[in-house]
Amino acid sequence: MSDYNFAYLDEQTKRMIRRAILKGLAIPGYQVPFASREMPMPYGWGTGGVQVSAAVLTPDDTFKVIDQGADDTTNAVSIRRFFQKTAGVAVTEATAEASVIQTRHRIPEQDLRSDQILVYQVPIPEPLRFLEPSEVETRKMHGLEEYGLMHVKLYEDISQHGDIATAYAYPVKVEGRYMMDPSPIPKFDNPKLEMAGIQLFGAGREQRIYALPPYTKVVSLDFEDYPFQPTKADHACDLCGSEVSYLDELIVDDQGGRMFMCSDTDYCATRRRQGHVGTQGLPHKEDAA
Amino acid sequence: MTPLLQVENVAKFYGARIGCTDVSFNLYPGEVMGVVGESGSGKSTLLNCLAGHLVPDRGAVRFDTRAEGLRDTITMSEPERRMLGRTDWAFVHQHARDGLRMNVSAGGNVGERLMAVNARHYGKIRASAIDWLGRVEITEDWIDDRPTAFSGGMQQRLQIARNLVTGPRLVFMDEPTGGLDVSVQARLLDLLRGLVREIGLSAIIVTHDLAVVRLLADRLMVMKDGHVIEAGLTDQVLDDPQHAYTQLLVSSVLQV
Repeated sequence: MSDYNFAYLDEQTKRMIRRAILKGLAIPGYQVPFASREMPMPYGWGTGGVQVSAAVLTPDDTFKVIDQGADDTTNAVSIRRFFQKTAGVAVTEATAEASVIQTRHRIPEQDLRSDQILVYQVPIPEPLRFLEPSEVETRKMHGLEEYGLMHVKLYEDISQHGDIATAYAYPVKVEGRYMMDPSPIPKFDNPKLEMAGIQLFGAGREQRIYALPPYTKVVSLDFEDYPFQPTKADHACDLCGSEVSYLDELIVDDQGGRMFMCSDTDYCATRRRQGHVGTQGLPHKEDAA
Repeated sequence: MTPLLQVENVAKFYGARIGCTDVSFNLYPGEVMGVVGESGSGKSTLLNCLAGHLVPDRGAVRFDTRAEGLRDTITMSEPERRMLGRTDWAFVHQHARDGLRMNVSAGGNVGERLMAVNARHYGKIRASAIDWLGRVEITEDWIDDRPTAFSGGMQQRLQIARNLVTGPRLVFMDEPTGGLDVSVQARLLDLLRGLVREIGLSAIIVTHDLAVVRLLADRLMVMKDGHVIEAGLTDQVLDDPQHAYTQLLVSSVLQV
């Protein structure tokens, strides 16, 4: 513990990141450039999210990391251990107990409170990137609020697939001003972006931070005749029976067998502890895992 | 009558070299102006200055805006100029690839300008795309194909449809028939002539092909070394050229 400054980064770097965060909160959806540091993990593994978490963590915080909804995948476990080691903060898998939650690809099923911070790992912060490769041009488009191009992408979806096929990283407009990439969360989670907690987005490789203050108005783009629809697998969780949570599909054999289960592992486990059982689930037993 | 575009002493220099200088003319609604000259004579520099792609070093370019009448497009703010660029103005590039999004379907290419001015109804956007593809003789079954699958002539026609869909009043064309074979050129010119007459478009066409201006342009400017050396009605300039260079230019056309 004494070998590191609290939460790995030096204090000057944290100040720099906090300034970027404050600017991001003041201009919701605007991508604030920051001097991203090298972190002891490869780009694409959450270097942006880790730096934002390091800048907002205090010794009293309880930290949770989720990767695709799960607390127990390699990425989640290693980032959680990283801050256990370098910041000595308490960690948890329970959404309700955490004060800072770093996430990749999901928003927890349980509603967040105003005293919680959600930190997203963002691979490509620029929603216009795949249509307009020039950074100079995309910055100009943001500056002048020229967002017609974003609808061209949705148009292409409908003309090719008959419907808006974009299922994740679904573009949103923030407070009627900035076009924002909500990171690769499923569009099922888009309505949850208007929440009580503070949401911070960190892109390490692209050196950008952006933010959503509590209850910021976030509108998912659509056409008048093809309205936005949050979608999920038309199924109930096979473990806990939930019909409202976002599901993962798991192939279980080579006979076409499959099962659906909540992608949010904490949500699923909590429900099973409360006695809910899905069609393929076993009744909950303490220390069954 | 108010001119649609009023150009006054426009000059652009590249360091000590002259791009174009002392260019002045008025373009009236419904009029097509041709600009001819050899390579390096400053035609494209002039066109880019007029269309807001380059900032001239001197002079004024006033456009008759719908809301406020004549406004200098050089001194107006960038958002206003870009707004003009996607509503009242259109720019047809010599190479269709410069004017199209090659990884977006034909329908998306035509619809982009509509969506840029806040069209948000998929069915209506698609209907206008089909309508405009039809007007440039591209059949409806090409609407979901990418321009990469199109021939050169089709790409050029698609670029024209994409530019005209928002009903611009002024079209800038930079060698619209360059790089196309003669039979395709003839069809494209025929199409352009029809569209210009039908919609009453005003256009400035830059070309080195005298046949193009003979067919399309009402008036003609001949440029050499950045200067306008002769201007007048198209047939007047082509049939009775006064300046030595214009005489050379006219007599250089191959007779088949």
